[in-house]
Amino acid sequence: MAESTGTATADMIVGDGDDGVRRRDFINIAAVSFAGIGGAATLFPLISQMAPSADVLAESSTELDTGAIAPGQAIKAIFRKQPLFVRRLTAAELAEANAVGLDDLRDPQTLADRTKEGHGDVLVTMGVCTHLGCVPLGAAEGENKGEYGGYFCPCHGSHYDTAGRIRKGPAPTNLEVPEYEFTSDSVIRVG
Amino acid sequence: MSFSWARQYEPQTGVTKWLDERLPLPRLVYNAVGAGYPVPRNLNYMWNFGVLAGFFLVLQIITGVVLAMHYASDATVAFAKVEHIMRDVNWGWLMRYMHANGASFFFIVIYLHIFRGFFYSSYKAPREMIWLLGVVIFLLMMATAFMGYVLPWGQMSFWGAKVITGLFGAIPVVGEPLQVWLLGGFAPDDAALNRFFSLHFLLPFVIAGVVILHIWALHIPGSSNPTGVEVKKESDTVPFHPYYTAKDGFGLGVVLIVFAIMVFFLPNMLGHPDNYIEANPLSTPALIVPEWYFYPFYAILRAFTFDFFFVPAKLLGVIAMFASILIWFILPWLDKSPVRSGHYRPLFRIFFWILMADMALLFYLGGAHAEEPYIMLSQLATAYYFLHFLVILPIISQIEKPRPLPYSITEAVLGKDEQAAGNKPAETSA
Repeated sequence: MAESTGTATADMIVGDGDDGVRRRDFINIAAVSFAGIGGAATLFPLISQMAPSADVLAESSTELDTGAIAPGQAIKAIFRKQPLFVRRLTAAELAEANAVGLDDLRDPQTLADRTKEGHGDVLVTMGVCTHLGCVPLGAAEGENKGEYGGYFCPCHGSHYDTAGRIRKGPAPTNLEVPEYEFTSDSVIRVG
Repeated sequence: MSFSWARQYEPQTGVTKWLDERLPLPRLVYNAVGAGYPVPRNLNYMWNFGVLAGFFLVLQIITGVVLAMHYASDATVAFAKVEHIMRDVNWGWLMRYMHANGASFFFIVIYLHIFRGFFYSSYKAPREMIWLLGVVIFLLMMATAFMGYVLPWGQMSFWGAKVITGLFGAIPVVGEPLQVWLLGGFAPDDAALNRFFSLHFLLPFVIAGVVILHIWALHIPGSSNPTGVEVKKESDTVPFHPYYTAKDGFGLGVVLIVFAIMVFFLPNMLGHPDNYIEANPLSTPALIVPEWYFYPFYAILRAFTFDFFFVPAKLLGVIAMFASILIWFILPWLDKSPVRSGHYRPLFRIFFWILMADMALLFYLGGAHAEEPYIMLSQLATAYYFLHFLVILPIISQIEKPRPLPYSITEAVLGKDEQAAGNKPAETSA
C-alpha cells in the first residue's frame, strides 16, 4: 500500500548500511543533542542570576582611619555589609599574643602573619565568627572578651584570643583577616 | 487499588453522571476520602494527624496568600510591612497570628504523625514509599518554615538566616562560594530576602503535590492500624466516610480549640521577642535560636564542639544535623522485625519511649544557651539518638520475642466471637 501515499514508512528508509544504521538515527541523535545542549545552556543564566549582583559587588571596598583608635580600643566598621573589627593592641595584649606556641593553636598563625609590617599593633579582622557567622563580642567597651581576652561569640561559645585566633569552641578557623593595605600612615583600604 | 468489597461510586444525578463520564473527579474523592475507601475499623486517635496536617497545610496556604497581598520583600520596608499588617490591614493581625501559630501547629501535628509512624512501624513493607514521601514532605516543610521566618526581617530572622546559610559554608572547598551564591551577597540582604519570599510562596504548593503522592501511595496497601495486622476481610474495615470523617472532624474540633486559645490569647508564646527588633547586621542577639520546631536538630548541630578524624567540628555538626533526618530514609531497612505494632513488641516499646525522652531532651537543649552542662547533655543526647536508629533498633529486631498477634483486626476488636464479627449469620430465635 506504500506506493499509494506520499508518506515514507519505516520499511522504505532502512538499509543504507549493513549494521542497520539509518539516516534517521543521525537526525534523531542530532536533534536530541541540540535540544539537550540548548536546555543545559539555559541553566547557566538561571544559576548565575542568584550570584551577587553588580550593585552588591560595587560596595566591595571600604576606607577607614585607624589613627584615632587608642591602645586597647576597637572600632566596628562595615565591610561588604558585614562587621569589621579594627583593634589597636596594648603592650600586654601583644605580649600575650606572641607568647602562645603555634602548637597550641587550632589554626596556627603568628600575630605577625595577621598584621601588616610596621603596624604590628593594628589588628584588622572580620567581625564574623568563623563558626556560623555571628558577630563576636569584645569590640565594644564592657563586652565579654572571652577566656583569652580577645573576642567571644555568644551564639555557640567560640573564644578568640587577642590576635583574633580561635582558642576554644566550635569555630574551625581564626577570625578572617580581609585583604587590606595602609594607604597612608593611619588610613587603611579594605577590599 | 482497593479492597474488593469497597463501595462503588454511583452518580445519582444527571449532572454527576455527565461529569463522571468526562472528568470523574467526584469518583476520585469518593474513593480517596469517601465511602469508597475501606479503612481498618480499629484506628485510634493517633490516626487523626494526617488529616490535621492536611488541614494546617491548607490554612497556611490561605493565610499566607493573604499576607503576601500586604507584604513587600524589600529589606528597607519588610519589617515595617509586617507591622503594617498588624496595625493597619483589616484583620491583618488575625491572618498573621494564624499563619505564625499555624506553622507551629503544623509541626506539632506532623511530629505526632511521625512519632505514630515510629511506634506502629508504619514505615514497614508494603508502606515504605508512603514513609519516604513523608520524610520528603518534612524536609520541604523545614525549608519552607525556615524561609518564612526570615521574611519579617527581625533580628532572629536575620541571624537565623545567617547561621543556617552559614551551614553551607562548612562544606569543604565549595562551601563559601555556595553560601554567597545562596544569599546573592556576602550577608543576608535584599537579594536573600527576595528569593526567600519567592521560594516560601512556591514550596507549599510543592508540598501539596508531594502530599498527593503520599496519599496515592497510601491507597495502594490501604491504611495501617494499631495491631499492625493487615486487613483480611470486610469485617476488618469500615468506610472512611462517615466513620473516619466523623472521627477526624472531632479531632479537628479539639485541635482548633487549642489553636484558637493560642491565636487569641497567647499569640507570641511560641515566638521570640527579638524578632520584634528590626534586623541589624552589626549586633548579634545574645541567644540565636531557631523556632522551637527546629530545636532538636539545632541541638544536634551545636553538639559537635570537637574535631574528629580530621573532620572539623563545624562540618561534623552540619553533617550530623542533616543525617539526623536523612537517617529516617533508611528506617524501613534498619528495623527488620516482622511485627509492626509496638503493642506486640515489649522490648521495642521500652526503647521507643527512651527515644521519645531523648528527643524531648534535645528539644529542650536546642533552645538553651551554648554552655555547660547543656553542651555535654547535647552530646550525650545526640549520641543516643544515632545509637537508637543505627544500633539499638537493628539489634532489637534480632533478639526480641514479640507477643502473639491477633489473627485479624476483627478478632483484636471483638475477640473470637464469630457471631459478633459478622462471619456467621445470627441464629434465628425461636
